[in-house]
Amino acid sequence: MIPGAFDYDAPTTLDEAVALLAELGEEARPLAGGHSLIPMMKLRLAPLEHLVDLRRIDSLKGIRAEGGALVIGAMTTQAELLASDLITGHCPIIQETAALIADPQVRSLGTLGGNVANGDPANDMPALMQCLDAGYVLAGPGGSREVKARDFYESAFFTKRADGEILTAVRVPIPPAGHGYAYEKLKRKIGDYATAAAAVVVTLAGGSCKTAAIALTNLGETPLYAAEASAALVGTPLDKAAVERAVALAEGITAPASDGRGPADYRTKMAGVMLRRALQRALARAAG
Amino acid sequence: MSDAAMTVEEREANLKGIGCSRKRTEDARFIQGKGNYVDDLKLPGMLFGDFVRSPYGHARIKSIDASAALALPGVKAVLTAADLKPLNLHYMPTLAGDVQAVLAEDKVLFQNQEVAFVIAEDRYIAADAAELVEVDYEALPVLVDPFRSMDPDAPVLREDLAGKTEGAHGARRHHNHIFTWDVGDKEATDQAFAQAEVTIKELITYPRVHPAPMETCACVASMDKIRGELTVYGTFQAPHVVRTVASLLSTIPEHKIHVIAPDIGGGFGNKVGVYPGYVCSIVASIVLGVPVKWVEDRMENLSATAFARDYHMTAELAATRDGRITAIRAHVLADHGAFDACADPSKWPAGFFNICTGSYDVPTAYVAVDGVYTNKAPGGVAYRCSFRVTEAAYMIERAVDILAKKLAMDPVELRLKNFIQPHQFPYQSALGWEYDSGDYPTAMKKAMEATSYAALRAEQQERRAAFARGETRELMGIGVAFFTEIVGAGPTRNCDILGVGMFDSCEIRIHPTGAAIARLGTKSQGQAHETTYAQILATEIGIPADDIMIEEGNTDTAPYGLGTYGSRSTPVAGAAAARVGRKIRDKARKIAAHLLEVGEDDLEFEVDRFKVKGLPERQKNMKEIAWAAYNNVPEGLELGLEAVDYYDPPNMTYPFGAYICVVDIDADTGVTKVRRFYALDDCGTRINPMVIEGQVHGGLTEAFAIAMGQEIRYDEGGNVMGASFMDYFVPTAVETPVWETDHTVTPSPHHPIGAKGVGESPNVGGVPAFSNAVNDAFAHLDITHIQMPHDHWRTWKVCEKLGLVG
Repeated sequence: MIPGAFDYDAPTTLDEAVALLAELGEEARPLAGGHSLIPMMKLRLAPLEHLVDLRRIDSLKGIRAEGGALVIGAMTTQAELLASDLITGHCPIIQETAALIADPQVRSLGTLGGNVANGDPANDMPALMQCLDAGYVLAGPGGSREVKARDFYESAFFTKRADGEILTAVRVPIPPAGHGYAYEKLKRKIGDYATAAAAVVVTLAGGSCKTAAIALTNLGETPLYAAEASAALVGTPLDKAAVERAVALAEGITAPASDGRGPADYRTKMAGVMLRRALQRALARAAG
Repeated sequence: MSDAAMTVEEREANLKGIGCSRKRTEDARFIQGKGNYVDDLKLPGMLFGDFVRSPYGHARIKSIDASAALALPGVKAVLTAADLKPLNLHYMPTLAGDVQAVLAEDKVLFQNQEVAFVIAEDRYIAADAAELVEVDYEALPVLVDPFRSMDPDAPVLREDLAGKTEGAHGARRHHNHIFTWDVGDKEATDQAFAQAEVTIKELITYPRVHPAPMETCACVASMDKIRGELTVYGTFQAPHVVRTVASLLSTIPEHKIHVIAPDIGGGFGNKVGVYPGYVCSIVASIVLGVPVKWVEDRMENLSATAFARDYHMTAELAATRDGRITAIRAHVLADHGAFDACADPSKWPAGFFNICTGSYDVPTAYVAVDGVYTNKAPGGVAYRCSFRVTEAAYMIERAVDILAKKLAMDPVELRLKNFIQPHQFPYQSALGWEYDSGDYPTAMKKAMEATSYAALRAEQQERRAAFARGETRELMGIGVAFFTEIVGAGPTRNCDILGVGMFDSCEIRIHPTGAAIARLGTKSQGQAHETTYAQILATEIGIPADDIMIEEGNTDTAPYGLGTYGSRSTPVAGAAAARVGRKIRDKARKIAAHLLEVGEDDLEFEVDRFKVKGLPERQKNMKEIAWAAYNNVPEGLELGLEAVDYYDPPNMTYPFGAYICVVDIDADTGVTKVRRFYALDDCGTRINPMVIEGQVHGGLTEAFAIAMGQEIRYDEGGNVMGASFMDYFVPTAVETPVWETDHTVTPSPHHPIGAKGVGESPNVGGVPAFSNAVNDAFAHLDITHIQMPHDHWRTWKVCEKLGLVG
């Protein structure tokens, strides 16, 4: 549980950080809250020669509303998300999810940017960001670009982020007022990753579903945006038949590992249970 | 308040003696982060050791190349079996009469086995260097299933035992067979089964788990070559035995070895045995002439130092149709891993498993245990229980519930029908124990009243009906366990560790001002010995507990003792403390008689002083007597006020308890919520009720962890799965249920103060209570036994199998 030797820098500006990462190449990694990267280094699963710590870069912090979206700095901690009135007012599912990540100590250091950029399908925020159709702002030597969360994840720990790029912010489109939402997570204990989890956002119009977005955590190599299951709900009254159709479609895209949380078939079924429960709560919260 | 103005009650309260919920004196340093643990030690010039461990479960070592590691700046040495062999230290004796490889010689036999020991200037360099040691392995067939270990074609694990047909506990009949241990009347038992009206038979598995103390195992070895003295600081539950073993292994005279156990952050049996890390640190310090520290990390602790349980118990009960148990028959397949490093008294290869007749008056019984080797880590320690008692209690308490189901009787009714009755104590069990005291029906009935047991059963009926109607997705289970522990090992006539009898000891020296220091042969790992031993001494002697300092763990200053495990501290060392107090009081009486110029028989003792009978104003308190002990004693009496006692217990003690657990299981997810847990413990005389309550809370939390989630699992390739706290279930405060504690008091008739020990009872009784509750939730359905751990997915699988999943 002791990492190999590595060098460490803590630049104070984004330009410095981008330049450093470009110069150091693939042996370097940006460090956010460190709650995924440092354990992997201690297990010597991630032999890295250089860490570029982003904590001193003020421009990566903060939450603001801008052009119909919440722009959340990558270095915003889970604890800061939980304390933000802007998020409470516009997108409370972020707080519902953040509160289910690990424990208060971890949430005080763990960041949104680190949680989504690391590419770990067990993390909770990636599926939520897919559900919310968020975009990730990536800064590199050639400038800045935005990649949709639904397009970002390639396989476990592999993402569209290029070596040398830093995820600087997450842009979350503000869901319509009156939207229904829920994040349901089954886990063995505090601090554990999900056995299965489902994020749901729905809007209603005249008693039927106008829009729906479903995404699943820790049920495959990447977070899973359940496009077909989401589409299957639109236009329905979210009755039992519609829910069961969506559940079947969502279960169909899962490919979980068998591990201490349970065998694959159990975890797939739990994806369905979490989705049913999330839809039930989302419906209860939705107006219209 | 002046002494003279105090009432008897005030003086008694001032002592903070037996029965007082005195706050734990050791906590002042622990809660301020001022404890002194092994890893806090920093000795001048100290080096750090780290292990190269096997990635394979079974493989031949073809070569070891340490040249790259040795070339790394800061690396001082790399030890392998080739270095230890000339010293005859490549194997070490285990407590169970086997040997264990210190560093693997020709083969590795379990994943993470110790292969080489790297010594470097700091732990970071040591870890880097361990990665640079190149070991060439040739993989061999792996044996992980104990049920296959004695197949004719099972791989040979222990080549070092080739041709050895006699083990430490009798004949070996297969190359992977360690021992067969049996007890009881086989013929009578078989006959009782042949004639039985009703029988049950079930394979009840207690999985491999790990004690997982918060502080892992560690030591610092320091050889002073000039003086020829070795000092070893370590996480030792039994430091005196470690010193004896170290002397026997190293040939350094025992008086030139100083073994010191500083503060220990939990042991639970994990810190009883001797590990390769200790031996390698000692050898490295001898070779290099400077102190060497070894501290294992969490994954090493969970995967390489001693596991617990791994007992596969086929339990059979014979009974009459109206519910009298007439016989018990059990066969145990005991998976000991690659070496038999079980921590049991030497003559007890399956510990006290023959307590498995439990709390019941069973006419005849027979038990046989087969110990076998597999490609898993060695161990088999008593994880917060007396030797194999929790396995035994789990087996009998599950089996009784299974019988109750078959007889369609309430599990409590069946227990009440079979209890050993109060008038039967001392009770001779069919498997050879003499139970000292107990009142089981009273305890059971008190538990039933406290939990409104009948109402719970009625509610369960309603809920089952509601579930059937589709009105709820929850299944309610009520778990009952009534356990009898056997602790306080033990009488030296049948209990020893490597030939040293399992007595324990206490010494006390009272100084002229009446303040005292007492030392004992046990070693607290969190049990509050510094608090509770002082209370025993306070009551026996009559000086305040606050004026008595308790010391343990330094083998140079403490009297020899066998250490702390198996709930033996209070039954054995606590008895020595009481007796030492009585020796002090006897001498104090002589001094008081001298000072008061009366005969000893004219005096009576009252709380903290001697008074002249009939002339109560003529008195001497213990403080005055202590002063006089150093300047004015009767002629012929030696000065000073000291005593020592080595206590050889005449019998074990038998704590017991009644536990009732209520769970609600979500049939859709398998998640089990503990709605209620009631624990009634009878540990005899209660020394410190607050400490007892704390012990019960801790033990129940561990029982909850074991029953609901703990498991050290191996895959078919011999890879140990989930050996980190990400997977190995240690509940946080969020998962931990609320505990309700209660008690009855049935003193031990043979213990000086009637105390029985309590630290391990809640683990022993808690596991079957949880497991019975989960099983009981399905008792109305077609299933007789669900194996532990009762984690979410396993419970859901039961629901799925029974067609309960929506």
